[in-house]
Amino acid sequence: MTTTAPDVRKTPAKNAKKKRGGIIGNTGLYLATGVAALLFLIPFYLIVRNALMTDPEITGENWKWFPTDIQWGNITEPFKDETVDFGRALWNSWVVAILHTSGILLICSLAGYGLARIPYKHANKVFYGVLVTLMIPTAVTFVPSFVLVSSLGWVDSYRGLIIPGLFSGFTCFLFRQYFLGFPKELEEAARVDGLSYWGAYWRVVVPNSLNFFAAMATITFISGWNSFLWPLVIGQDPSAWTIQVALSAYMTNQTVNYHLIFMSTAISILPLVLVFLFLQRWLVQGIAQTGIKG
Amino acid sequence: MSTTTEIDLANPAPAKPAQARPRRGLRGNATLNFWLFTGPFLIGLIVFVFVPMGWSIYLSFFEARFTVSPSSFIGLDNYKAILDNPDFTGSLVTFTVFAAFIVPTTWALSLGLALLVHRIRFMKAFFRSVFFLPTAVSYVAAALVWKMSMFNGVRFGLANTILSWFGVDNVAWLANPDPPWYWLVIVTLRLWLQAGFYMILFLAALQNIPAELYEAASIDGARPGWQTFRYITLPQLRATSTAVILLLLIAAYQAFDEFWNLLGKATWGQPPLVELYKTALGENQDYGQGSAGAVILTLLILIITLFQGKLMGFGRGEESK
Repeated sequence: MTTTAPDVRKTPAKNAKKKRGGIIGNTGLYLATGVAALLFLIPFYLIVRNALMTDPEITGENWKWFPTDIQWGNITEPFKDETVDFGRALWNSWVVAILHTSGILLICSLAGYGLARIPYKHANKVFYGVLVTLMIPTAVTFVPSFVLVSSLGWVDSYRGLIIPGLFSGFTCFLFRQYFLGFPKELEEAARVDGLSYWGAYWRVVVPNSLNFFAAMATITFISGWNSFLWPLVIGQDPSAWTIQVALSAYMTNQTVNYHLIFMSTAISILPLVLVFLFLQRWLVQGIAQTGIKG
Repeated sequence: MSTTTEIDLANPAPAKPAQARPRRGLRGNATLNFWLFTGPFLIGLIVFVFVPMGWSIYLSFFEARFTVSPSSFIGLDNYKAILDNPDFTGSLVTFTVFAAFIVPTTWALSLGLALLVHRIRFMKAFFRSVFFLPTAVSYVAAALVWKMSMFNGVRFGLANTILSWFGVDNVAWLANPDPPWYWLVIVTLRLWLQAGFYMILFLAALQNIPAELYEAASIDGARPGWQTFRYITLPQLRATSTAVILLLLIAAYQAFDEFWNLLGKATWGQPPLVELYKTALGENQDYGQGSAGAVILTLLILIITLFQGKLMGFGRGEESK
């Protein structure tokens, strides 16, 4: 819940320059970092290796570091698999993650702005009501949530997968903290020009906050794509599975097709690696600025 | 002509209200606007957070199997039953062991990585990305890699392959609780996945330490390395360390994904949320007992959070410097 000072990135150069060690110190430093980096990359290597091998190669007598023939044909195999409807699960994941992200951003940013900037007598009391929900980790309340969702008849539906997760007290809190620091002059100018709160919000505040929105969107998309417990609870029928539930199902299948499940894994993490490579700036900024993700 | 003068005359008159309008608009519409902005969120929060909690507390006093609208009130029996259930109390032990491993190791590893990345200059962004990349991977995908390839109990798993080069027999990493190698699998998985995230927090904090402190220390004769780290860096990171430890503890409490996928069918190493899932959504669908369990776990996490917050002065604001 800390809000680390926003101008974090001003001093690194100075600090780094100060701590210049001797050549041996530097070699040791790079050696340690390099070894750690290699270890961190092993799991990614294993995914790619197994995804592009044949099963006999994977399970063979001797360890093979690289496939003799790269099996590009494996890419389509998950979609032909009959035990798990992988294509459907992939589609569900996209729908859920996108709607989850846009819904949370819309609802929580509006609420955060209202709490931060619209004068109302009891705004603080309302805010305390939001803060209380932060004390309780969402995962612990999956039983009550499931009870509610099942009595609404939302099991096995997009509604059930998406809607209960939209009201994140934490995201609302982060937006409130952010809007508290938004320059008041900009909004006041807008309102003197005759814009309502609503107009000022959409035409002045949001366009000037796109960086923060991007940071929140990145974090929210990743957690939406990766979430497992709730989709597992809601997706009783395979047609409502997300990709994470599908991957989990592969692990308990009777027959194990190694190349197939690793190709599925590769496909499942590819969007995130892309998000990560292209939006890393916002991701790091989001984490460093807001301090903490749920 | 007269019309124009009328307008001219009329203009100054509304001019005053027109000037006042934004102000009145500010005050007068504020309440309405407040609810317009926060309304959707608050309604959702009530319906999807507060109502389920209340309902759950209600259910926990009833016999509720396969139904969410029960009729027979049984008092505290659900609570008694679940606290007498060795699986449930065992899950709290599992959590304690897990936390005892994962919290210090993640703290140390993420701090260590942050120190490394902070000090290097060549390919800094690359290394930071490498350590951070696993954060994007889901626990399910990681569990799959760990279970099926890295720590596969058969001969062709990576760990067993490497062991075989040294003449060590295959280890059944997950399939055998004695010796409890499964802890190694579970702890390394979570370490890999979350260390990069906390590294980012430590990096931000490291960059906030004023360079003057190090200069002053070196003038006072502190040797760079351990001494500076022990007496400057570590105390300066106190606030971040506190926050990180609290977050790690809460995250460990909620661990589900990797335990479920690595040890789903096992009888050992079951953390609280997995037990809760089995009680409420398993064969018995016992929502009453499941709700009682949820209430107990919620209270426990509240106590942990509040106690640790008090103990370490976290959440008092103004702790970032």
